[in-house]
Amino acid sequence: MSVATLTEERVWEALAEIPDPEIPVISLVDLGVVRGVAVEGDRVRVEFTPTFLGCPALELMQRLMAEAVREVGGEPEVVVRSDDPWTSDRITPEGREKLREAGFAPPGPRPASGLVQLVDLQRGPFRCPYCGSTETRLDNLFGPTPCRSIRYCESCRQPFEQFKTV
Amino acid sequence: MSSPAPPSVDLLLELADDELVLGWRDSEWTGIAPFLEEDVAFSSIAQTEIGHARAFYELAAVELGTTADALAFDRSPEEYRSAQLVELRLVRDWGLTIARHWLYETADAIRIAELAGSSSEDVAGLARKIQSEEAYHRMHAQMWADRLAESDEGRSRIVAALAELWPYALGLLDGSQRDRFAEETARLPFFTPPDAEPVERGGHAPDWSPLWDEMTTVRRSAPGSAW
Repeated sequence: MSVATLTEERVWEALAEIPDPEIPVISLVDLGVVRGVAVEGDRVRVEFTPTFLGCPALELMQRLMAEAVREVGGEPEVVVRSDDPWTSDRITPEGREKLREAGFAPPGPRPASGLVQLVDLQRGPFRCPYCGSTETRLDNLFGPTPCRSIRYCESCRQPFEQFKTV
Repeated sequence: MSSPAPPSVDLLLELADDELVLGWRDSEWTGIAPFLEEDVAFSSIAQTEIGHARAFYELAAVELGTTADALAFDRSPEEYRSAQLVELRLVRDWGLTIARHWLYETADAIRIAELAGSSSEDVAGLARKIQSEEAYHRMHAQMWADRLAESDEGRSRIVAALAELWPYALGLLDGSQRDRFAEETARLPFFTPPDAEPVERGGHAPDWSPLWDEMTTVRRSAPGSAW
């Protein structure tokens, strides 16, 4: 691909094809970690906001984005932004639907304070991704990765993974 | 009190060292917690704390012209600025562990909230990020403290554990923050903080040296290895 045809749109398309390393049903763009793309000649600056600071996939995400930019003919510069941090509200509506289809309950909306309280998680409503029931309870605030809690569905009697609201 | 000026390197290292050492201590429960959910919880909390440590080391590393790995693993034991609360080896005593967890998260929330008011947008943003993640740590600590206090034996043990660790917990904060911290103990209606001399930073707990030895083994045997 020649330099002249490299556009921001083309870069966004390339980034939208990168699966999340841990939850591959959604892309990094669905996840909302790409804050901005700027193209100048063949130089491409991608602004990245980490999801969870303890997430081991963060470096892999940056590497995959750099590779995707190179594949469309750009010279990547992936910059980590921390002034305007990622929140779970950044996951796109399409991303939420894909999470649900894969058996992952998408995160609830952030409270105005930005800080989730236990009552928020106990009152719900949190919908079971398998049967759709809201008769679910919090089983463990923590799960197999920093982004997940575990809930239990009283209707279909299955535990399920709930993306944390942060 | 807000601290609008960017944090000093010393403060960044205090925060980073506290989070790294506590993360290490929390990970000691992996595999031996009272039940599976708590294996998962303490392992996940450990992972998050170490992630926060890394973010603070990276900020400090820019100021000092070094790397996060070098700060985390290449210093001598005396150079770490960790508070003694996080250095204590409490594994196998669940009451002391929950007491430290509650005290640490509560104190940490006070200092991180101050950082969220920093004039540096990067520091303020990082602090907001950490606040939203640590909200889960605080919920977990509060749930457990309340749960232990439900029985007579549990209550007497958690109260004794909180009282024992209180002087150490004061050492996490500076003078102006300590009054706020004491007020926060109202969330534990069964506990009144004792009058005690704070265990200040600077000295290290006897448990620290063996932990440092373990933490830095890989880096010392393979100098320059990356995180």
